[in-house]
Amino acid sequence: MLMNLIYRNSFRHKLRTILTVVGLAVAVMAFGLIRTVVDAWHAGVEAAAPDRLITRSSISITFTLPLSYKEQIEKIDGIKAVTYANWFGGTYVDASNFFAQFAVEKGNYFKVFPEFIISPEVMDAFNSNIKAVIVGQKLADRFGWKVGDRVTLIGTIFPGNWDFDVVGIYKGKDQTIDESTWFMRWEYIDETMKEQMPGRAGEVGWYGLQLADPSKAAEVSAAVDARFKNSSAETLTETEKAFQMSFVAMSGAILVLLTVMSWLIIGVILMVLVNTMAMTARERTSEYAFMKSMGFQGYHLWGMITGEAIVISLTGGLLGLALLAAIVNVLKAGLSAWFPVFKIQPLTWILVVALAIIIGLIASAFPVIKAMRMRIVDGLRVVD
Amino acid sequence: MAQALVQVRGVSKSYYRDSLEIPVLRNISFDIPEGEFLALMGPSGSGKTTLLNLISGIDQPSGGDLVVAGENIARMSEGQLAKWRSQHIGLVFQFYNLLPVLTAFENVELPLLLYKLSKADRRKRVETALTIVGLGDRMDHYPRQLSGGQEQRVAIARAIVTDPTLLLADEPTGDLDKVSAEEIMTLLSRLNKEFNKTIVMVTHDPRAAEKAHSIRNLDKGELA
Ligand SMILES: Nc1ncnc2c1ncn2[C@@H]1O[C@H](COP(=O)(O)OP(=O)(O)OP(=O)(O)O)[C@@H](O)[C@H]1O
Ligand SMILES: [Mg+2]
Repeated sequence: MLMNLIYRNSFRHKLRTILTVVGLAVAVMAFGLIRTVVDAWHAGVEAAAPDRLITRSSISITFTLPLSYKEQIEKIDGIKAVTYANWFGGTYVDASNFFAQFAVEKGNYFKVFPEFIISPEVMDAFNSNIKAVIVGQKLADRFGWKVGDRVTLIGTIFPGNWDFDVVGIYKGKDQTIDESTWFMRWEYIDETMKEQMPGRAGEVGWYGLQLADPSKAAEVSAAVDARFKNSSAETLTETEKAFQMSFVAMSGAILVLLTVMSWLIIGVILMVLVNTMAMTARERTSEYAFMKSMGFQGYHLWGMITGEAIVISLTGGLLGLALLAAIVNVLKAGLSAWFPVFKIQPLTWILVVALAIIIGLIASAFPVIKAMRMRIVDGLRVVD
Repeated sequence: MAQALVQVRGVSKSYYRDSLEIPVLRNISFDIPEGEFLALMGPSGSGKTTLLNLISGIDQPSGGDLVVAGENIARMSEGQLAKWRSQHIGLVFQFYNLLPVLTAFENVELPLLLYKLSKADRRKRVETALTIVGLGDRMDHYPRQLSGGQEQRVAIARAIVTDPTLLLADEPTGDLDKVSAEEIMTLLSRLNKEFNKTIVMVTHDPRAAEKAHSIRNLDKGELA
């Protein structure tokens, strides 16, 4: 019966409640969307393998290392395998068609990075054709590429028009693996450079190191960096996770900004509900007074007013989550090149529901205190 | 002689506006015996509502004692008073004070939620109360679907559903036309005669006061 009263009170002013609920829902959706983007940003980091190190130039990721380091790294204790790769950074038709392009060592690369599923036949085709390229399923879907297609990229880091033969399409071994990367042959760049700009031959963007024992990561990275200390190209070796983090850190300021924004949105939601509850409570002053005159006490009023606030905030929160689920579904396809894992994290669901309840509690606190303190005779004198 | 149901002893009440004391009731003493139907009359601002509010325990006197059904309510805490009111007092006001989102049935049921009663028991009591006031066929109507007189009868049903010791009404006919006012007065008088309810009613209307057993006049905060 009291639940019934709370529910009916909540929808007493239909227009006001609907406007409030819709306002909350849109804000919750924005909050959830920002969180989903930030989570997607971090997802690559979470997917990093614990048994891999990345060695790159200590100056910056944009500086290269000599190919000769491979043999020297292989000799260091605790290393099982070493492979290398480079950025290609080409453009497909239009600069807006961004996707990651890695030029990788034939054969070896996919042994160190086994999360990309590639059949032996495709592997053979890749190893035997210098213009071969293997693309991720999502990337192939995006541009409609099939095995056997010839695709041309315009180089930016390495100038010229580059032709490629699509020899295979890979899938990730699970959901967290990116399926929108382009893997080409490192030798293709190297052979071309030898002819055109010999100074840029033999350059490696980074080395991927597989550890014999993941728990030795710290010692091994220190050993690698010590090996090249005081050389012309000093190295920085870190776990793959730390390496991925350094990419995220580049956009760290944006992430902080987004996170701050998401909490500002929560502040706006709170204010909207505070306002609605204040209006509502003011109109009901004489009703609360009459209920008190019948013998209802402070905790009854607390239950009624707070209950109403929570009904409204939860309705808004759940509607917002429904909107969020819909919009994430729509955006997922378009954003797959940037975010392999673009989905609402469980924590976001929990957070929205918990925040809805907390906001309901806070928004109703002031009206509740007012109603509790109000003297019955004063409340009854208010005629609406 | 048996003790009167309500004993008002030297009650005074002042309000304060800024630090200025405004005396509203001065040293009032009188008794209301059980089964009485008392009309409180007097000019506007004479303190009728204030006195009624003190007897009903929704306000407390500045001085004096108020013994109702053997308990001195002038000395009770707010929590004690709330509990006491739910057990002893039924209140009727000029503007009905029904909750618009609840049906007639639910409005009458409201005070019973403070009792430990089964749903079936509550239903029986609510139906009885609504039948007494002649609205047995309007239980599912919302206040806006009822006339002013019917709304006031729902309010009376709500006031009697807990079977209170005292029924207190502040200008119950003040907002009604002549015919509806007449019906309300007949109803109150029936409650007094048939059900032996002790009633204190504030009114401006001499015709309404005629139905009461006795009339007391307040003037400038004193009993005339
Ligand atoms: N909460 C309050 N604060 C300050 N003054 C008050 C308060 N309540 C009542 N008064 C004053 O006390 C006096 C008596 O008020 P009360 O409402 O008891 O009169 P009344 O006899 O019921 O009048 P009416 O016939 O107009 O209803 C009035 O002068 C009123 O202004
Ligand atoms: Mg009055």
